[in-house]
Amino acid sequence: MAGSRSFLSRLRDGDEIARLITLVFAASVVLITILLVYELWINSALPRQKFGLHFFVTQVWDPVMDEYGALPFVYGTLVTSAVALLLAVPLGIGAAIFLAELAPPRVSDALQFFIDLLAAVPSVIYGLLGVFIVVPMMRTVIFPALNKPFGYLPIFKGPSYGVGFFTAGIVLAIMVIPYIISVSREVLLSVPGDQREAALAVGSTRWESTWKVVVPFAKTGIMGSIFLALARALGETMAVTMVIGNTPKIAASLFAPGYSIAAVIANEFTEATGDLYLQSLIALGLVLFLLTFILNGLARLLILVTTQKGSGVSN
Amino acid sequence: MAARLRWRKFVSNLMLTMTGVCAFVSVAVLFFILGYLLFNGGTSINWAFFTQLPKPVGEAGGGMANAIVGSAKLLLAASLFGVPIGFLGGVYLAEFSGSAVASVVRYAADLLNGVPSIVIGIFAYSLVVLPFKHFSTLAGAFALGLMMIPITLRSTEEFLNGVPRMLREGAMALGASKWKTIASVIVPAAYRGILTAILLALARVAGETAPLLFTAFGNRFWSQGWGQPTASLPVMIFTYAVSPYEDWHRQAWAAGLVLLGLILIINIVARTILSRGIAVPR
Repeated sequence: MAGSRSFLSRLRDGDEIARLITLVFAASVVLITILLVYELWINSALPRQKFGLHFFVTQVWDPVMDEYGALPFVYGTLVTSAVALLLAVPLGIGAAIFLAELAPPRVSDALQFFIDLLAAVPSVIYGLLGVFIVVPMMRTVIFPALNKPFGYLPIFKGPSYGVGFFTAGIVLAIMVIPYIISVSREVLLSVPGDQREAALAVGSTRWESTWKVVVPFAKTGIMGSIFLALARALGETMAVTMVIGNTPKIAASLFAPGYSIAAVIANEFTEATGDLYLQSLIALGLVLFLLTFILNGLARLLILVTTQKGSGVSN
Repeated sequence: MAARLRWRKFVSNLMLTMTGVCAFVSVAVLFFILGYLLFNGGTSINWAFFTQLPKPVGEAGGGMANAIVGSAKLLLAASLFGVPIGFLGGVYLAEFSGSAVASVVRYAADLLNGVPSIVIGIFAYSLVVLPFKHFSTLAGAFALGLMMIPITLRSTEEFLNGVPRMLREGAMALGASKWKTIASVIVPAAYRGILTAILLALARVAGETAPLLFTAFGNRFWSQGWGQPTASLPVMIFTYAVSPYEDWHRQAWAAGLVLLGLILIINIVARTILSRGIAVPR
């Protein structure tokens, strides 16, 4: 009895109504997310039934014959992301070390402000600059510089059309560096000061204390920032579409034109006639979703573990 | 011994300098992008760009008036859809929820935040475009609004949680009911932070291209209404940049400058407000 009365009085005060209204909106976020997964799953039923797991090992992408295999796109996505990480990780972690360990707080904050702005630049702008700066530069500078001394290696074989895996990797690297820097900096800043002081007290140089004590302490969190960057790189669409060459072929050479999962969806979705064609593209979207889902989850976990380790030690 | 020490000091200085170079290079990229866009876009921007429709293929001149209006319409409708859900959901998380429900909602929001924008586009396509059998402004706005939800939700929650407990207790002590406390004390105390966070969310989706490709599609004329396809600045930049026409490239630069300028100005203003007074949420 008392319970129902207090419920009524709460109702009169409007508390219960406010709670229910906001609950509806909060629940709708969950519903939307579930609906997203459901739609992706339902709308990719045809290729799942027809091709099964062969979808991932088939190289043919032929809308005329109505045969679809995802291998060239998966390959392109993985190769461009790998190139991007190879370039971005050393640069990003180096910059993060500078911001967290060396720069005075005010300089560090100012630089971080610019890094945040860099992260806000839309991907189509990166694509625009990629098309008109990186692509010509690839043809005239980078390709000759790598092809002449290392041309005997299959990955640096010519010819170069300017567009291709390597170009997309460079543009992606520039795009993910801000994420690596921001997260790594935060993780490094959460390393307790006594770790540094202890290392310096036993006679390490500044670099030794940073590289052998602080960075290992923050290792898992830095890994998290890399996973986060990888998730971004895998799902990145516009910039890659504009510079990868859009050719569904698997080539050993990094200078060859290729294709990526996101790029093929962007280019062919509106032209996809026939259910199997459209659903194969949606199945690619599902793959992308699952990949980023797993990577983002891992990244969040790793970052959480490290920052909590830091606060745990200092307490 | 002395030689070894000198070597260690040398390595230390060298590596520390290298990290400085890394930071410098990373930041320099921003200024390079800005400078290049200012140079290329600045020379091709003119009055016609803001006031005229695109000219037919092959004819020089014309502008992107329809894309500018289209982007504004998309952003308006996206905010009308995304902000209430994000804001009220955030209020629920901060004020009403138990921890179990809250963690589910938070998890869903984080998941949504990490979904690649092209996949958001597919979702909007199958949910809005397919049933109506039509590319439309509303479908594009739906996709962009979806992307605004997680950012608005999480920052609303964080700013509300940041309101000092004394304010809350003061209102309660005066006999205000819970929702009155929230509506007249807590939200007003946090509104500046929430508003700037919404601005940042808006700036982020303003540049999104991928989710618009097969929702709002594109249009070389004025859009005929909310149920019809519309042009937008990011999609125009994309189509013009990959086209073979010199004049279109020129206009892509101009559009890029306008878009980036707008986004950076919003970001600078919002982040400056945030860094003064209120702590920046992550």
